[in-house]
Order: sequence, then C-alpha cells, then structure tokens
Amino acid sequence: MSQDPNNTKLQHEIQGQRLLKSKLSPSYHYLMWALGLAIVLALILAPLWLKSYGLILLCTWAFRTIAVQGLNLTMGYAGQVSLAQAAFMGVGAYTSTLLIMKAGYNYWLALLIAMLLSLLIGFLIGFPALRIKEGHYLAFVTLGFGNLIWLVLRNEQWLTNGPLGIRDIPRPSIFGYSLFEPVKFYYFSLAMLALSSLIVWFILRSPWGRAFKALRDNAARSESLGLSKTTYTLLAFAIGSALAGVAGVMQAGLVEYIDPDSFLLWRSLLLVMMLVVGGSGSLIGPFIGAALVTLLPEWLRFTGEYYLVIFGIGVIIVMRYFPKGIAGFLPYLKRRFFTKEVQA
Amino acid sequence: MKYLLIVLTFCLSLALAQEEVLFIIPAEISGGGATVGNNWADGANLAAEHINAAGGILGATVVTEVLDTQTDPPTSKAVIAKGLEQSPFAVIGPVYSGSTIVNMVEAERAQTPQWVGSEAASITQQGNQYIFRTSSGQNGSIPKVTRYMQEQGINSVVIIYVNNEFGQGGRAAAVENFEALGVEVLLELSTEQQQADFTAEVLQAMMMNTDAIFAYTNEEESARLLMALKQQDTSIPVFGEAVLLSQTVLDLAGDAANGVAGHVNLTAEAPVPAVQDFRAAFEEKYGYTPDHNGMKGYIAMFVAKEMAERVGSFDRMAVAEQLHCALITTEDEPGVLMDIAYDENGDIDRDTFLISIEDGKQVVTGVLPRLKNTCADQ
Amino acid sequence: MQLQFFIQLLIAGIATGAIYALMAVGFALLWQTSGTINFAQGEFIMFSSFLILWLMKLLNIGLIPAYLLSLIISMLLFGLLFKRLLVDPLLKYGDVPLIIATIGLGMVIREMTRIIWGANALPFPSLIKNQVLNLGPIRVGLADLVTIAVAMTIIIALQLFLNKSFIGRSMEATAQNQQVARILGINVDRMILYTFLINAFLVTSAALLVTPRLLAKFSSGEAFGLIAFMAAIIGGFNQVRGALIGGFLIGIIDNLAKFYLARIHLPFSDSTLNLSPYAPAIPLILLIVIILFKPEGIFGRKEERSI
Repeated sequence: MSQDPNNTKLQHEIQGQRLLKSKLSPSYHYLMWALGLAIVLALILAPLWLKSYGLILLCTWAFRTIAVQGLNLTMGYAGQVSLAQAAFMGVGAYTSTLLIMKAGYNYWLALLIAMLLSLLIGFLIGFPALRIKEGHYLAFVTLGFGNLIWLVLRNEQWLTNGPLGIRDIPRPSIFGYSLFEPVKFYYFSLAMLALSSLIVWFILRSPWGRAFKALRDNAARSESLGLSKTTYTLLAFAIGSALAGVAGVMQAGLVEYIDPDSFLLWRSLLLVMMLVVGGSGSLIGPFIGAALVTLLPEWLRFTGEYYLVIFGIGVIIVMRYFPKGIAGFLPYLKRRFFTKEVQA
Repeated sequence: MKYLLIVLTFCLSLALAQEEVLFIIPAEISGGGATVGNNWADGANLAAEHINAAGGILGATVVTEVLDTQTDPPTSKAVIAKGLEQSPFAVIGPVYSGSTIVNMVEAERAQTPQWVGSEAASITQQGNQYIFRTSSGQNGSIPKVTRYMQEQGINSVVIIYVNNEFGQGGRAAAVENFEALGVEVLLELSTEQQQADFTAEVLQAMMMNTDAIFAYTNEEESARLLMALKQQDTSIPVFGEAVLLSQTVLDLAGDAANGVAGHVNLTAEAPVPAVQDFRAAFEEKYGYTPDHNGMKGYIAMFVAKEMAERVGSFDRMAVAEQLHCALITTEDEPGVLMDIAYDENGDIDRDTFLISIEDGKQVVTGVLPRLKNTCADQ
Repeated sequence: MQLQFFIQLLIAGIATGAIYALMAVGFALLWQTSGTINFAQGEFIMFSSFLILWLMKLLNIGLIPAYLLSLIISMLLFGLLFKRLLVDPLLKYGDVPLIIATIGLGMVIREMTRIIWGANALPFPSLIKNQVLNLGPIRVGLADLVTIAVAMTIIIALQLFLNKSFIGRSMEATAQNQQVARILGINVDRMILYTFLINAFLVTSAALLVTPRLLAKFSSGEAFGLIAFMAAIIGGFNQVRGALIGGFLIGIIDNLAKFYLARIHLPFSDSTLNLSPYAPAIPLILLIVIILFKPEGIFGRKEERSI
C-alpha cells in the first residue's frame, strides 16, 4: 500500500543524484579516495598501537561485516528479510570445527566445505520459501529454520557436545606457517574481509548484479525483460548464506570456542539491525553497521550499565531520521557540501 | 550507586596516594545470565568494600572493574583481554561455563589467577594452573545427593532437567552416579528455560511409577515444577540440589515445596553466623537477597586477599602456586565465611548440608563434613 | 489412565494457550491495521507486569486496582506515545526501519527494567489462590480455569466489539483496505490509534495472567514476543481469529509434544525413544509447513497483502 510513493521517491532521489553528479566538485572524489585509503592504511597498521583487546574487536568487526555483507545481498538487493543469518553462521562454525577436530580435515578444506554447505542449505530453504513472491515469507521460514538449527546443535550432543560447546578450536595456518598469534589472526581476518568485499563488489558489478539492482528498483519492468525475480532472489539468498557460513568459521577461530547460544535468533536480529542501521543496499553500509554495533559498547563504556539503553535509543534515532541507514546519509552530505550551486 | 562507590573509592585512594591493587570482574551483567552475574559482581564489590574498610590488602586499596560479558562467549573473550591489559592482580568471574571456558585461556596466558563461579566439571580438568573454583563443581556436589537418595531407599528415579549448560552438566553427573549406585534412571525429561507448564513432566513421572524425582532446573522452573506436582497430588518425593532448595524457590512455590529434600553445597541460608551476617550486609546494600552466586563472588575476593597476605606480595604466579592444596579457615580469614580447601586442580571442598523443607522452612537434617584438608590428606 | 492424562494436558495447554492468544491477537491487530510488526511486543508484556507490581507497592493497593491503573499508563505509553512518536514517523519508509526501531525499543525497555528493578525474578500475585478441583478422575487447577475464563471473556468481548460495534467495524474496514475506508469517510488514523490502544489493553491483560506463572523478570519478553509472532503466522496474521487459534494451538501442542515425545514406542521392539529435547521443534515445524503449504496461515484470508 505504501509501496508506490516510496518507490517514486526513491527514483527521484536516484535521478536527483545523477543530475547532481555532473556538478560534483572534484574535491569530493579526492576526499573519498583519501578517506578510503586512510582507513585501509590504518587497518593495516593497527597492530602497531593496538594490543590484544583492540585486535579482538577488529576481528569481530571483520567477521560481522562479512555476515552483514551476505545479508545485504538478501535484504539490500533482493529485498527479502532473512532471520537466520546467525543460524547460517552456526552451520559454518560447527561444520568446519567438526571437520577439523573430529575428522582431521585441513582448515582451508573445512572452510570451503562449510561455505558450500551453507550455500546448499540456503538453496534448499530459499527454493520453497521464495516461490511465494509477496510478503515476508522468507523471513518466517528462516525464523523457524534458525530456531530448529539451534535445537539440533543443542540436542545432538554426541556430535556437538550440546550446550557445553566445543573448546580449543584451532586457528588456520598457511603452508605450515601458523596464524595463531593475535596479530597474524588479525591479518587473516582482514584478508578474508578484503576477499569477501571484492566478491560482493564483483557480484554487484557483474551482469548478475545489474540484474539484482534492476529487479530491486523496478521489478515489473525487469521481469518483462525476461529476468526472473525468484531465481535472482534465490541466488542472492544462497550466496548471502554462504558468506554467513564463512563468518561463522572465522568466529569459531577467533573465540576458539562455539556453543549453540551464540547462534540464537537474537544474534540474527542483531545482524539485521547492523545492516539496516549501517545502510542496506549500500556497499559500505555493512562496514558501518558492524563497526557501530561492535565498537559502540566500547565507546559508551563511560555510561556504565546504561550503554545498552543508549544504544537502543541510538538505533531508534537513526531509524527515525535516517531510515536508509547511516550510509544513506552520505549522499545527503555529498549534495550538501560538495555540489556547486549551479542551476539545473 | 555501586559504580559511584567504586569511583569514590578510587578518588579517595588517589588523594591518599596509596598503593592500589586491581581486581577485574568479568560477569554476566546483561543478557540471559544477568540474574547470576549481577549477584556475583555485587558480592565481589561488597567484599572489596569490606576489605578496604578494614585497611585493604597489604596496605593497598582494592579497586575493582566490572566487565560485562553480556552472557556471550565472544564478548567474554574480548572484555577479559581488555581487563588483562591493565595487569590486574586477579580475575574474579565469570559464572557461566561457556564464558569461563573462553576466557580462562586468556587469564592463563597472562599468568593471572582466576576465581570463577562455574560448576561445569571440565573446567578444572584441563591442567590450567590459574583457574580456581568458589564452589564444588557438579562432579563434587552431585555424588552427595545421589548417595543421600540411595540411603533414603530410592531405587528408581526420573530426572527432570533444564536443557542448558547448567542442567546438562547436572544431568550427566547424576546419570553417571545413579548408575554407579545401582539406582535405575527410568526417564530423563528435558525442559526449557521459561517453560510455562510442567503438567506433562509430572504426568510422565507418575506413569513411570518412579520412587523419586531428581529435579535439576533453574529457580523459577523449579517452583513451577513443584506447583504442578502438588496439583496432581502425588506422593512422589522430590530431591535436588542448591537451586531446588533455595529460599527463592520456597518463596515462589509456597507450601508446594514442603517435603522436598536434598543436598546443598553453598547457600546464603546456611546456619552459619558468618553467612547470615554476609546476607544481612548484602541485603542492606543492594536491597535484594543474595543467592549462592553472590556468596561465591564475595568469598572469591577474600580467598585472593588471604593468598596475597600469605605470599606477602601481589606475586600472581606465587599466589596461584600456593593456593593449590591450600586450606583457608575462617580463623585465617573470616571473609571466606566457611573453611575452604583447594586441591591440586583448583577444585574445592567445604562442609555441606543435607536439607529438607518442612512447613515452608529449610531444616538442616545433617552436615556432611569436608572430606579433605589438603592434598596430602587424600 | 491415558485419556484422563490427555484431558488434563489439554486443559493445562488451553490455559497457557489462552494467554498466548492474548499476546498474539494484539500483535496481529497492529500488523493488520497499520503494517506494524512489533518486535517489542514481548517487552510490552514484561514491562506491564513490573508496572502492576510497582503500582501495588507504591500506592499500597490490591492487584485489580493496580491492573486498572496500569491499563491507563500502558495505553498512554504503548498505545498513544508508541504510535505517535515511533510508528507514525517511521511507517512511511516501509516496514523494515520500523521493525529495527521496535527491536531497539525492546532493548531499551528490557535494559531499563533491569536497571530499575534488578535482574532477579519477582513473584507476582495471582488472581485467586490455586486449588485443585477433582472432576471425577480428572484433576484441574482452579487457577487454570480462571485464566481460561478471563482470557476468553476478553477475547469474546473483543470479537463482539470488532464485529458488532460501529467503531469495531470501521477498524475492520481500515484493516482490510485503507483507501476504501477513507472513501467511506472513516477516520483511518483514529481507527489505527484504537488498535494501538487495544493492543496496550491486551498486553497488560496478558501480563496479569501470565506473570503469576512465569514471574516478573526483565528477560522474559523475548520469549513472549517470539510466541506472539509465531502464533500470528501459524494462525494467519491477517485475521484476528487466526492469531487467536495460533495462540491456543501453540499452548496445546507444547504440552502434548512434551508428554508424547518423552517415550515413543519403537515398532517391533520393547525399547522407547526419548525425544523430549525436541519438543520445542514441533511448533517450529508446524510453522514452516504452514508457510510452505498454506502461506496465509490456517485461518488467514487468502489474499495478497502488500505488506
């Protein structure tokens, strides 16, 4: 019912940006490049001044960003809500851990299998759920599935050790060079994040990705051009789930421990929150959202036991004033500060 | 309020330019374990206040920093890393086993002694020389209940447990011990946290014609279970551990709790004057009744204090080393509330109580004395 | 023996289910009339029970006066203010930002409750002192019967209001098609406000009935919210009746599943299988099956809603 005004508004904004782009002052691009480079450089040099706590936070940010990037494919580009992103992380974490610790698999092979299994389960769940085109049915199915996964992880004790969890999970090594040390594991996480970002970027730049965006922005017209919304949505959801699987493997390695409660529905909701607050449908949204949720408790430490209250209020305020997330605020800044006052 | 006090203590100590000793308290302040974690942290902070009021440790003022694990193992790992960067003298917490398993590795790497409230058996079986319990683990306390039940002539039992890390640990230990004693386990019924109704479990137990029910659930669920039992008017006796016999369950279940019996390892209702004084001080300061976790947090701080005084310095490695096989009596340090003996793994032993509920009150029917004084006595 | 147990389980399940139904009906009403998927519903219920306790202690009044007072407060907070300050400004951006905002709101309510009233569970007075009634061989708790009676009264009154009264029918019309309702001259915004007020009334009533069993605890909202959500989906979220039946169904299935999964007799042998840890899976499986085969819910209308 509220779809139509919303859509046209969106289109106006997109067109508005296009019009304005030509008048953008070049300083904007320089600034963005400089800022991006500075952040990448800072991340690479971070171990120089961060001790283990800071590195753990950054590793957490890295794996959460990957999970949110996956969710972004499903939600931001395919327009479907998944409430099982944390459950897929659980699938990845438990698959790789069990393969490594119980079956003696190589870390990288286990990582690959965990990713493929998440992808496969994504297809199996997405296929029936996405036949129904309208409404949040994928959200409902994933809600049920996520809770079922948690039950299986908790109950199948012979395999998963139940609620007591699995400890002493190994970290990877490359050609016999162990990545166990916090600094080395940090660079491993950073490399994985870079890889995942490249993959997502590539997907969205490819003809596939253009189809995604076309379907998101105007489903009816794109379908008349022969694009199948269901197929692309399913692909987006499955790839998104596979990225969650990878994030789960990284979490298991970082914490060196997994238990079923780490993959509860609440964690999935938190990931959805990171995406929407950061900016869904935007490439940098996941980075911002994951950073906020991971680092904010640290910045709000001075507020003592109130930090979760303040965090919740912050989320409400962001939604109230930037419903497209913080990344949605950037085009506004761009228009406000970097466009010349020229008549269109 | 408590944070204000810590800050005040901090400022005061700065003003006096006195030496300080830092304790970090990773605990479940928010999330699913908040009841437990807040009790623990409040108990530890109360101990810090009492210690400072009596002149601190070796002349140094105790400063505490509470770190919220959010009842989440990954967060637990991050916050303890943060705390350990400040080179604290000791780590006091956490309580949930998952959080402990994750961060005891970090404390060990930093060679810092850690006192935890967790009861999972595996924690002290890893050869970690820096981990210490504050109550006997499930492997220490469950055998006493099962033995007691067998002595009461129980030959068959239905176990009703809550399916989380606490309940699963207790269930596993109970099954093992019942089997060793020749008591037949007829059925193990899994229940959920927040379960609203226990009619199904009670009816199943009735159908099995069991001699007894062994209940191992959290406080609120224990009360609901007892009320459901009363509604069916069964004569099946119910046995349990500290949680089932706690004051909280008594308050919630009312007369449905009458007749319940079992073994209690550490309780704020223990008939020991020091424990009752602790309870009164805690209630006055925080406005609620502590459970055994509040007691454990309090005791942990005093064990650390006593050990620093025995070693004569804040040498963390020496403290950890000397605590193994140490006996701390209430004469050495009244703050430990009851005599406490550590073994070579960091497990403990103390006097424990057999309790049954009569007319809505806990009645101590027997005291099980501490088995060992030091490792050499074993 | 077996039949008598079955009936007892059924009655206990209906009592829990009646409370779940109260939680779910309000949830579905909001969803239906305004497109608000309220992830703070469970926290509304949890907070209401603390509100009642607090008023009882503060004003030294009984349970019922405290309940009536907190109805007013809750209608202000969770009805008027919730709609005006959170839902109205956000609804025009679609449902996802609003969902996220309600998750944030749930977090704020949960943590504030913990800071104000502590993390311990508090006992809550029941409407009547429980007694065991022997109806032939069947034992029933009086508290269960009172719970069912109170919940059913509220539900029937609500149904009558929605179906018979002018305002109720206007609300139904609003829920079904806002454009048409506007053309008919119905004040749509006011009708939506009424559903928020009704939801506030329902959450406080659910709190009154559920808290004597589950106790007042800051963290219990999550479970309530999930149940309301699942009941609404299972029953059909575009029909009040659907959410109602969904609630009852979850209550009953929970009880029966726990009983019958504990000892499953395997064919061709004497051994039994204990699947009691999987009892919570049954409503989840039901949820998935229903979405896949009857996506509008058991009692939902078959129509494509553009939510």
